[in-house]
Amino acid sequence: MAGLRLDHLAIVQDDFALRADWSAEPGGRVAVIGPSGAGKSTLLHTIAGFLPPSEGAVLWQGARIDALPPGQRPLSILFQDQNLFPHLTIAQNLGLGLDPALRRVDWRAVEAVLERVGLSGLGARRPAQLSGGQQSRAALARALLRQRPLLLLDEPFAALGPALKAEMLDLVDALAGDALVLMVTHDPADARRFARDTVLVAEGVAAPPVPTAALFADPPPALAAYLGGAAF
Amino acid sequence: MARRAGTLTALALAFVTLAPVAVVMVQAGGRGLTAPDWAALRFTLLQAVLSALASVGCAVPLARALARRRFAGRGALITALGAPFLLPVIVAVLGLLAVFGRAGVVNATLRGLGLPEVSIFGLGGVVLAHVFLNMPLATRMLLQGWQAIPAERLRLAESLGFTPREVWRHLERPMLRAVLPGALLAVFAICLTSFAVVLILGGGPAATTVELAIWQAIRFEFDLPRAATLAVMQVLACGGAVGLAGLVARAPGFGAGLDRLHPLPAPPGWRRGLDAAVLALATLFLAAPLLAVLQRGLPGLLSLPASIWPAAAASALVACLAAPLAVGGALALALGRAQGVRWLEPVAMLPMAGSQLVLGTGLFLIAFPFVTPARLSLPVTVLVTAVMSLPFAYRILAPAAQALVADYGRLAAALDLRGGAALRLLVLPRLRRPLGFALGLCAALAAGDLGVVALFATETGVTLPLAISRLMGAYRMDQAAGAALVLVALAFGLFWIGDRWGRGGTEA
Amino acid sequence: MSGLRPLHLRPNVKWSLTMKTLCFAAGCLAIATPALAETPVLDVLTYDSFVSEWGPGPAIEKAFEAECGCDLRFTPAGDGAALLARLQLEGARTEADVVLGLDTNLTAAARKTGLFAPHGQTPDLSLPVPFTDADFLPYDWGWFAFVHGKSLTAPGDFKALAASDLKIVIQDPRSSTPGLGLLMWVKAAYGDQAAQIWADLADNIVTVTPGWSEAYGMFLEGEADMVLSYTTSPAYHLIAEQDDSKAAAVFAEGNYLQVEVMGKLAASDQPELADRFLAFMLSDAAQSVLPVTNWMYPAHVPAEGLPKGFETLAQPAKSLLLSADEAEALRGPALDEWRAALAR
Repeated sequence: MAGLRLDHLAIVQDDFALRADWSAEPGGRVAVIGPSGAGKSTLLHTIAGFLPPSEGAVLWQGARIDALPPGQRPLSILFQDQNLFPHLTIAQNLGLGLDPALRRVDWRAVEAVLERVGLSGLGARRPAQLSGGQQSRAALARALLRQRPLLLLDEPFAALGPALKAEMLDLVDALAGDALVLMVTHDPADARRFARDTVLVAEGVAAPPVPTAALFADPPPALAAYLGGAAF
Repeated sequence: MARRAGTLTALALAFVTLAPVAVVMVQAGGRGLTAPDWAALRFTLLQAVLSALASVGCAVPLARALARRRFAGRGALITALGAPFLLPVIVAVLGLLAVFGRAGVVNATLRGLGLPEVSIFGLGGVVLAHVFLNMPLATRMLLQGWQAIPAERLRLAESLGFTPREVWRHLERPMLRAVLPGALLAVFAICLTSFAVVLILGGGPAATTVELAIWQAIRFEFDLPRAATLAVMQVLACGGAVGLAGLVARAPGFGAGLDRLHPLPAPPGWRRGLDAAVLALATLFLAAPLLAVLQRGLPGLLSLPASIWPAAAASALVACLAAPLAVGGALALALGRAQGVRWLEPVAMLPMAGSQLVLGTGLFLIAFPFVTPARLSLPVTVLVTAVMSLPFAYRILAPAAQALVADYGRLAAALDLRGGAALRLLVLPRLRRPLGFALGLCAALAAGDLGVVALFATETGVTLPLAISRLMGAYRMDQAAGAALVLVALAFGLFWIGDRWGRGGTEA
Repeated sequence: MSGLRPLHLRPNVKWSLTMKTLCFAAGCLAIATPALAETPVLDVLTYDSFVSEWGPGPAIEKAFEAECGCDLRFTPAGDGAALLARLQLEGARTEADVVLGLDTNLTAAARKTGLFAPHGQTPDLSLPVPFTDADFLPYDWGWFAFVHGKSLTAPGDFKALAASDLKIVIQDPRSSTPGLGLLMWVKAAYGDQAAQIWADLADNIVTVTPGWSEAYGMFLEGEADMVLSYTTSPAYHLIAEQDDSKAAAVFAEGNYLQVEVMGKLAASDQPELADRFLAFMLSDAAQSVLPVTNWMYPAHVPAEGLPKGFETLAQPAKSLLLSADEAEALRGPALDEWRAALAR
């Protein structure tokens, strides 16, 4: 039984349409790549529950999840920005991942996961007092705390430098373990570094995942156009 | 969750404001509207539009100067801006007369210089009084807009070397586009139902408002359906304004910031002088009548009857019960509206245009068959007061709630942050400033007595405004002035407590 | 002085004088001390300033309860006009036994409700005009007059006032009983010429206030030379404040009367008690309270005479009063005339 299954999924908004019909297994690392405006983020937001699908279904372990509110789906999502509440401390922001009411929070677990992402001792600070890389780590730490089997990354590291971004991707890979990770990116280097498989989103279709190396070795026309024939 | 709470609140509010009108409307009799009624409607709209434009027009430079300048007494000045709005109307009018009236300072000075005197009576005086009463409120609303520009955007502007002209074009103008319609609407709606100011300063029957026509219809002609028709016209006028404001308003789309502190650029040179002049003029305009009220009331303080204090306690009690009710309802509506339930907005504004006499009469007709009205004195007073002040709380909370949902709604949903936890961890901390302002304002308005619920009066229960009216009715004008000062102090104290809590000790 | 005069209507957002609430302490107290079982209760619907601590209410309640073995309960309902509206709202289901505080400009409308019963009494009245009414009994009265400072030489009639450059403040006849009284005054004195008088007065009128309090307050603050009030107004300043600087102008056309009346409701469950109360209100015990609390003349001068100071008041030689039916019939047209003349 597949981990994530997009069953004849269609998302239609005004003159925009996107279809997907594929599965991805737990433990997978999947890049979602494609031209700007093709619908990469739309796909992730539909899986996450911020957009209702027009047709089809989203299933996890064979059960439909597309009627659940976002917070109750078996997944975590990191946005491009606004991943942290600025008026709460880093520890509180992380604690929300354990209990949104912050009542039954094991603060030692919070501190432990802060340590794992390299933010030891910074729990009492507010987001504005952290660097961009540290903020990304804090958001990632909360996703770890939530322990959901599906992790959606909507370019959360886009604003980071190449070295820092590579470091974050390695960290995600190391920490995500058995979780399925779907990562939107516009950078082929990210896909090759991080993802065994890649979903190409172009021309109204999110294609089934294929091995990343094979995809880039022999890019279909849409990907070739996006890559602009650049050598890599 | 907030959607459902908002919907329920809206339904309750619509029932409380519309059912009385409907009940009044279906009473027997009724001659239909008369020519003077239409004249009253025209004049009402004219003065309300002029008052709104003048009040908000004056508030823009003042709010801007307050937003970008730091000076000793700035915090005190911002707090004091609450005062005129909270003054009992007759007190405010007497304060204005002491400055602009026939025996006032301005005319005394003109006489001394051998210049012709100016008369405060007429349309000009009505607008002047409305500016005095409402410009500070508009200023506070606009100031919140300025403070809501995220520091990140200001920093970007500074790094790009924006001149004041460009800050205006790229930051201030879009912000005003979002905030001004709401401020205009609030002042317009307040002035729409303004009655005593217009009647006292209007100078005669040419200055007749719809609200006065309603009084006449109910009290002298007992023509209830006509009163209800007039009340509906008032609601429609306000509804039109709400719709117009909705069409014009545009979200500024600044996005969220990280709560960093970054002062607005404070341009030097002539702009500095201009801001100083604006601040000085506004302070003088607002302070002079207030000082007159103070000077007039101080002697009376010494001879206050003992019954003033239980009356003050009764007013404080009404305020403490009504303010949380009003603000809670307004918050539910504002959050529901921010999550896309558009029809909540006009419902939230309904009570502002509602005629209080019609509301009171309708509630009386509903309650009378079942229970002695005097028994409902406290609940009805609290309910009506809360309902009448809810639109003010809504106007204050709506922009902040909109920004909250736009900036953090998605993240909260992703984390399953809902219900009480969302209220505690997200809404209260992020909306604390407008919530405190709204609580203070509603409490002060409640203490200053919003409703006309004489129909539910009892022999013993007396609020402070009623005590003042009784003093005036018994020729005791000096004591009334003293008691009015007590009322102002009470209202202002309540406002200060709420506002202070909202600001949480941080810079305004 | 009439409680009709302070028209407490300020339905503005900020401050309405008419709203009252149960003071918690007072309310609890009231609940904690219920009227003794079997004690009959007499409900009197009246205007607000009658029951205020400066009005006649407290003294009259004390005196009447001492002799009636009953509980006299006043329900305040704003001012005189609000009183009538309140009664019409309640209709036959009203709990009130007696209504106290209408004036003759409103009695026709009150009678039309069919709620009042004849009082059946033949009181000895000391009004300046003959007065009989089967349903309503007067309890006090006063002459409307323009009050001014003594340093001012007052005009002798409306025409002289209109020709002068004196500034006056008046009340709105649509919201205030003194305002309505002035409307009737001009109509009674000038009939068809009333519109012209109003047109001539227009430039003297500083402004028109919703109620008596605002007008009188503005006059005291120096905003006008004269204010529409009562010939008895100077008595307040003289007796309560030892200030003899105020005077009231007597007009050659005559001064219009305000006669405050009370009536018994047909549906009363305490008809005998109501009759006793009406009689009590015209007894010396009640009548001696009214001049220095309501600041009006008593409807029946008590044996001890008028309070000291009342002898200094101006006495109009001529009194004007339209009958209740005339007043009712003239109100609409007179109001239109007034509005047209002043709307400019």
